[in-house]
Amino acid sequence: MADVKKIATRESYGNALKELGAAHEDVIVFDADLSNATKTGTFKKAYPDRHFNCGIAEGNMMAVAAGAASMGLVPFASSFAMFAAGRAFEQVRNSIGYPHLNVKIGATHGGISVGEDGASHQCCEDFALMRSIPGMVVMSPADDVEARAMVKAAYEHEGPVYMRFGRAAVPVIHDEGSFTFEIGRGEVLRDGTDVAVIANGLLVAEALEAANTLAGEGISVRVINMATVKPLDEALVLKAAKECGKIVTAEEHNIIGGLGEAVCAAIAESGIPCKVKRVGVNDEFGHSGPAAALLKQFGLSAEHIVGVVKQL
Amino acid sequence: MEHQTALNLKKMACKVRMGVIEGVHAAKAGHPGGSLSAADLFTYLYFKELNIDPANPKDPDRDRFVLSKGHTAPGLYAALALRGFFPVEDLKTLRQIGSYLQGHPNMNTVPGVDMSTGSLGQGVSAACGMALAAKHMGKTCRVYTLLGDGEIQEGEVWEALMFAHHHKLDNLCVIVDNNGLQIDGRVADVMSPYPIPEKLKAFGFEVAEIDGHDFGQLEAAFARARETKGVPFGIVMHTTKGKGVSYMENQVGWHGKAPNDAEYEQAMGELRAQLAGLEAE
Repeated sequence: MADVKKIATRESYGNALKELGAAHEDVIVFDADLSNATKTGTFKKAYPDRHFNCGIAEGNMMAVAAGAASMGLVPFASSFAMFAAGRAFEQVRNSIGYPHLNVKIGATHGGISVGEDGASHQCCEDFALMRSIPGMVVMSPADDVEARAMVKAAYEHEGPVYMRFGRAAVPVIHDEGSFTFEIGRGEVLRDGTDVAVIANGLLVAEALEAANTLAGEGISVRVINMATVKPLDEALVLKAAKECGKIVTAEEHNIIGGLGEAVCAAIAESGIPCKVKRVGVNDEFGHSGPAAALLKQFGLSAEHIVGVVKQL
Repeated sequence: MEHQTALNLKKMACKVRMGVIEGVHAAKAGHPGGSLSAADLFTYLYFKELNIDPANPKDPDRDRFVLSKGHTAPGLYAALALRGFFPVEDLKTLRQIGSYLQGHPNMNTVPGVDMSTGSLGQGVSAACGMALAAKHMGKTCRVYTLLGDGEIQEGEVWEALMFAHHHKLDNLCVIVDNNGLQIDGRVADVMSPYPIPEKLKAFGFEVAEIDGHDFGQLEAAFARARETKGVPFGIVMHTTKGKGVSYMENQVGWHGKAPNDAEYEQAMGELRAQLAGLEAE
């Protein structure tokens, strides 16, 4: 896919914030000394008086954002996924989730595609942590177009939202002109009847590539982009379970607690007979290396999805 | 402070203390010790200092109070009820299933509560966010938050104080209830936070150190807080945990324990006598 345009969704986040800032005076942004990396710096450049640095103190930042939200502003609080969802979990749970305050968490550098920084910064637990908070919306976009639309949808949504963006550049798979985004709604990117691959984040492009390869071998694969992990589009999952009978989930997250488990739970409770395999990080820590090599090594690739589909 | 004003506040504080005992006794659980040490502060805030209106508890321009030491909700609830935010008789539903008076403050169920708290260290951060937002929005309202002296062992508190000074939150007043006791014993023995005023000063705060049971000193400190520009204000209140109920005073065991029926009668008897004494003045 060398000719396809690639953009990191963290870039999209920064650009979308800037656009949102132009349209809405009540948008403010908090960051914890990572503005250049989370790309909230893009917003800061345009609206310096609405960007507040909290220093390296993510727990405080989340509760500060909660207080600001209680005053009627719409704060976007940003850090790496590891610190936003991990370090500050309890502040997010108690000061944002429990009072259901209107804070949007923009967490960048999710998953192992963080790359060289290694396991300490490769958060593969954020979906699990954030899903477990009542009332929290949890999302991860597939590309630039979806990421920007997601940020706007998050602003329009009343209540807490967690968005996970990536560090690495990923192919743009959506057409800007025709794309619409809705929280809690999955998207069938390619129809198919033998197997459904339900993916999000950078695994969506991999799933599409896998479907292409499998089509050449006579296997018809439905590819569903499930950007919203919570609330899950159960209707779309169950439709796929009924019509395909086989599902592979794919996410840049521990196979415990993420999209795969959410899909499994929906299918198990529906009683629809359907085989499921989860592609993700197999309950292990990552390590340092270039993102592309790590994704390949951890099986977060089209190639691996092809193999899993064939085994099902 | 005028004698009559002080006397009225003392009487009201006595009623707040009765509300604490009523609630905790009915709930058979809760935190009387720190509610009583801060009862005079709650009274002063809700009957003198705060610009609030019980008829319009969500007024966007009201002053905010965040009870960072959320476990002392019985004291806050009693002050709110007496101030007219909800019926005083509801205090007896504290911590019961179906009651809006949760064990720790819930901003979505209790009229007059500005922030849900309970997990120590977080309320002060939320108060910083409110103060920052108020300034950003051009509001003249002020933000007050009360912390326990044990609570300030939480690292987040110091993150928040650094934030408050860095962002020049002179509309913020941080109050520390220095009653000297926490669950496991004396704060000095568990994990000393001392010296507290010096630490606040080192974090850039203008600080007043007062007797938290003296309304005149509370009045002077809050007046100084309002006049202070460019930096946040801190008030370190020396208080007695369990203040007003003889057998609870300075007893670590009364941090989070409810009085039984006999203890309830004794506490209420003592408080009624105090109130009668004040009314006779």
